Amino acid sequence: MNIVVCVKYVPDATADQKFESDNTVDRVAVPGLLSELDEYAVEQALQLKEKSEDPESVSVTALSVGPEAAADAIRKALQMGADKGVHVVDDAIAGSDALATSKVLAEAIKKIGGVDVVVCGMASTDGGMSVVPAMLAERLDLPQLTFASVLGARGGDFRIQRDGDVATERIAASAPLVLSVTDQTGEARYPSFKLIMAAKKKPLDTWSLGDLGVDASEVGLSAAWTVVENTEARPPRTAGEIVTDEDGSGAKALADFLASKKFI
Amino acid sequence: MSEILVLVDHVDGAVKKPTFELLTIAKRLGEPSAVFIGVADASAAAVESVKKFGAEKVYVVDDAEIKGYLVAPKAEALQQIAAQANPDAILITSTAEGKEIAGRLAVKLDSGLITDAVDVQEGPVTTQSVFAGSYTVQAKVTKGTPIITVKPNAAAPEESAGAGAVENVAVTLSESAKKAQIVKSEPRAASGRPELTEAAIVVSGGRGTGGNFEPVENLADALGAAVGASRAAVDSGWKPHAFQIGQTGKVVSPQLYIAAGISGAIQHRAGMQTSKTIIAVNKDEEAPIFELVDFGVVGDLHSVLPAVTAEINQRKG
Repeated sequence: MNIVVCVKYVPDATADQKFESDNTVDRVAVPGLLSELDEYAVEQALQLKEKSEDPESVSVTALSVGPEAAADAIRKALQMGADKGVHVVDDAIAGSDALATSKVLAEAIKKIGGVDVVVCGMASTDGGMSVVPAMLAERLDLPQLTFASVLGARGGDFRIQRDGDVATERIAASAPLVLSVTDQTGEARYPSFKLIMAAKKKPLDTWSLGDLGVDASEVGLSAAWTVVENTEARPPRTAGEIVTDEDGSGAKALADFLASKKFI
Repeated sequence: MSEILVLVDHVDGAVKKPTFELLTIAKRLGEPSAVFIGVADASAAAVESVKKFGAEKVYVVDDAEIKGYLVAPKAEALQQIAAQANPDAILITSTAEGKEIAGRLAVKLDSGLITDAVDVQEGPVTTQSVFAGSYTVQAKVTKGTPIITVKPNAAAPEESAGAGAVENVAVTLSESAKKAQIVKSEPRAASGRPELTEAAIVVSGGRGTGGNFEPVENLADALGAAVGASRAAVDSGWKPHAFQIGQTGKVVSPQLYIAAGISGAIQHRAGMQTSKTIIAVNKDEEAPIFELVDFGVVGDLHSVLPAVTAEINQRKG
């Protein structure tokens, strides 16, 4: 079984994020890392391997599309236990939207070849659109089992629990398929020292758009299907009134505030 | 005027409020046409309600073939309707499923997609709130038919009678759309409270509840509010994940958000920072949530919340 886990290199969400002058996300000034939500995807990919009948025959490839530094995200996945990495890096990719990113990912998955399972996180921690897994399924003409909170596999048959807004669903499909998993699937492992050392020897291929047969004009900011016209820092919320509760005074003041805003 | 397609979000024909918001937005952009995918028997009720909010046309797709499968068939249905209607834009509610339908549709139509709009004006120009609500972004689709998913509470629904002309559409599904099969569906038990993402008021509890959500729930009921929870409360097993507000849970934008016993970590802020009015009750005066609030009470939620609830019930008479 061949598993590809898609990982994204994102600006650290706890740092101050901002935009460049061309209205793209500043991915240079802000330190980056493997998107936290993709760690759950790596974890589930590794568990699929470990729980399979013949783990030795299962390969887990960490795939990332992104700038030079995105290799860090792949390395983290290798340290967690992925077998190899593929990094698609090309200056023309900068500023790509979800449609272009899904296209490059789909072409890379085709080039890796013989892929049975594509595992993604539920969303990135920067763009957060949550649409790339569905787009990948569409582009690869594969079934999608997405937003899994519980994932089960028997051979090539997969079943997930998806906690929707109005119902909890169980959804089944057979490989080849695209999975996306939520943080409910379980804690991601920390790389051990042994795995960190071993990761240094694992293969990490670097591909350009040319290697994938994707024309540079099809991706990047100039080819994006959408354009950001304006970005504006939200004005800091004006400091509110803070009271300290003493013998019920807090509740009274809070009720007065609610009444003044006509909530009661 | 060109058609604006609005995918109707409903449960067995009962149309959800965000759909009325989308119809209101659609009127700004062109002529609203609703797309109802559901049981044929339930379509009459749905047609009546979308008509009231300005739907000139209602495309009705019988979902007998569709409902057993995840996402893909609905995207195919919309693709076929779009081919026929040639709309100026397609609006879908920003739910997990709505965004996935939109994603697949964008690939099919080779059209630009904008998700999680908090406002849409003529153009269509969208407004989104990004980076945990610290930036607002105006964007526009430049290729194909703009596909926009819109968050609940993006507009106040305005009643305006539309013709509501029904057009039954027979959709042809591909085999590959029927590969992810829904084998079981358990509707979430009705809480009697508003749906979290749609609610005008949300009261949330966190670690500070110590697992006792009664004060939170009683205050919510006094205000007619939905109940939410922080990730800490969900991870502790005090509330199911469906209650979680934050980056990996629901993102809400109500008129009033009350955070009780929630410190206000970035993951939580990402889920509630765009709320119009924010109130916090927390024992720790250093809690970062107080940086966001319009009104804050430093105190124990276990005494403050019941007292506020009593005060509200008394004022309501």
